[in-house]
Amino acid sequence: MHPTEFTLAGAVAALEEGVISSEELTRAHVEAVEALNPRLNAFITTTPEQAMEAARASDARRKRGEAGPLEGIPLAIKDLFCTEGVQTTAASKILEGFVPPYESTVTAKLKRDGAVFLGKANLDEFAMGSSNLTSAFGGVLNPWSRRNDPDARLVPGGSSGGSAAAVAARLALGATGTDTGGSIRQPAAFCGIAGIKPTYGRCSRFGIVAFASSLDQAGPFGRTVEDCAIMLRSMAGHDPKDSTSADRPVPDFAKACGRSVKGLRIGVPKEYRLDGTPPEIEKLWRQGLDWLREAGAEIVDISLPHTKYALPTYYIVAPAEASSNLARYDGVRFGLREAEANSDLRDLYERTRAAGLGQEVQRRIMIGTYVLSAGYYDAYYLKAQKVRALIARDFREAWGKVDAIVTPATPNAAFAEGENTDDPVKMYLNDVFTVTANLAGLPGLAVPAGLDPQGLPLGLQVIGRPFDEETVFAVGSAIERAADFKALPGMRAGA
Amino acid sequence: MSLDTATVRRVAALARIRLEEEEVARVQGELNGILGWIEQLQAVNTDGVEPMAGGTPEGIAAMPMRDDVVTDGGIAAKVLANAPDREGEYFGVPKVIE
Repeated sequence: MHPTEFTLAGAVAALEEGVISSEELTRAHVEAVEALNPRLNAFITTTPEQAMEAARASDARRKRGEAGPLEGIPLAIKDLFCTEGVQTTAASKILEGFVPPYESTVTAKLKRDGAVFLGKANLDEFAMGSSNLTSAFGGVLNPWSRRNDPDARLVPGGSSGGSAAAVAARLALGATGTDTGGSIRQPAAFCGIAGIKPTYGRCSRFGIVAFASSLDQAGPFGRTVEDCAIMLRSMAGHDPKDSTSADRPVPDFAKACGRSVKGLRIGVPKEYRLDGTPPEIEKLWRQGLDWLREAGAEIVDISLPHTKYALPTYYIVAPAEASSNLARYDGVRFGLREAEANSDLRDLYERTRAAGLGQEVQRRIMIGTYVLSAGYYDAYYLKAQKVRALIARDFREAWGKVDAIVTPATPNAAFAEGENTDDPVKMYLNDVFTVTANLAGLPGLAVPAGLDPQGLPLGLQVIGRPFDEETVFAVGSAIERAADFKALPGMRAGA
Repeated sequence: MSLDTATVRRVAALARIRLEEEEVARVQGELNGILGWIEQLQAVNTDGVEPMAGGTPEGIAAMPMRDDVVTDGGIAAKVLANAPDREGEYFGVPKVIE
């Protein structure tokens, strides 16, 4: 077996048994990145020397009996996590060349547990997008292709498109992502892998380039649900540097993956049946519910009446927070500076931001600035916060009747570059099934469950109660077992 | 609600983003498209609803306070390491006082 074919859990076992060293495992992945990244563009920065050095250090630690839970495992890190001494760009020209003098808490925890970093994965600029096409460093190619149109360049989804493509194409055993409106779950579904956005507060946001602080959460990508569970355990936990990170114990999530779903009540929200949803998505959803029923779960119809207001609510709250968070990119303390010889400070700010920020980012900053401006704050921002409270209340009421909710992960399979790009709102609709979990702060997992008629992967989503990722993992792995998803992308290491 | 070109220019100025004259019409169209779409929220009855300000789900313990003590400092070189312009231990900017 080629070392890139291991699951993360399988690689952990193989390293423990001494079947393979981290040096061998990491070299195989470094070579896979070198071979395929020129086509996939999944990484903005690769760090092969550091990776090999970390792998050798990991093998030495193992020899000393000091192996951590992720000892020697090569991972991709979304280029939104600050990594000490390694360029961190957020896929924006305004941060090109920025070398953080500190490490994000999530990546520090992964390193503490022995992980090896292969490089920094591509994404939509400042995580704003659903296609990875807004990256200032170019789009990412989805390693899957359409059966009847194999030359179409499909997007991997976004914003964590590079992370998802890297894991799907076997360039990494797992990857970190962040999810503000669907940025882990949508690319996971588009690339035929698993990914979870945990409960808001499960992971520290310290050192993650901020987009919308009340919605952003870090989470893992893996080729199996169990791989995600193993990674999340390392990533999670309270951090004094992020007061919104929850001070509660981190369970052994992987144990929940084998847990029976017998007797669990699974909610099916009627508002997620949208006009115009492709029949294969409807069919997959019904199939998923049948699998869970066969495994002993009870399927319960529920209503989340404010669902249709979730996207417009998001497109007020997220840009408002972004306009505030991105005010720091001013050409003074870090990153790009653009000025004329006679520029005053204000002109320096305005030229720097016009030159360094892409169109989608500028658009969202301006929407955010407008909805927060004097005279419009109540009509837009306060109103959106109230509707957000109603969306959260819908879920709270549902938890009286059900233990988890199952929906499609996305309204369509991966689309091609150039499709959906004529109108920003059309692109926003990609997150229609995922954005509610961000607004309500709930955990959401995407799990690959089938193929569309073009041979492209489709995913289902499991949403759970706050801090009940364990039930989410149990339901997700029950779907995974029943789906027995074995299809592989055409472009992958070793193929 | 539809933004006129003067408001588009004002918003760009508030956001400190230089907007070239020939871009105003395009940006105006895009912003109005988005604002027209989010307008549907006005139809929701939110009487008596408390706004949800943060991301923490309700019923979850409040954010903890930490001790008000200095935890780092004396790292001027690190803080300044990425600065596009600096003078000694200061960030350099164009002159702001006449």
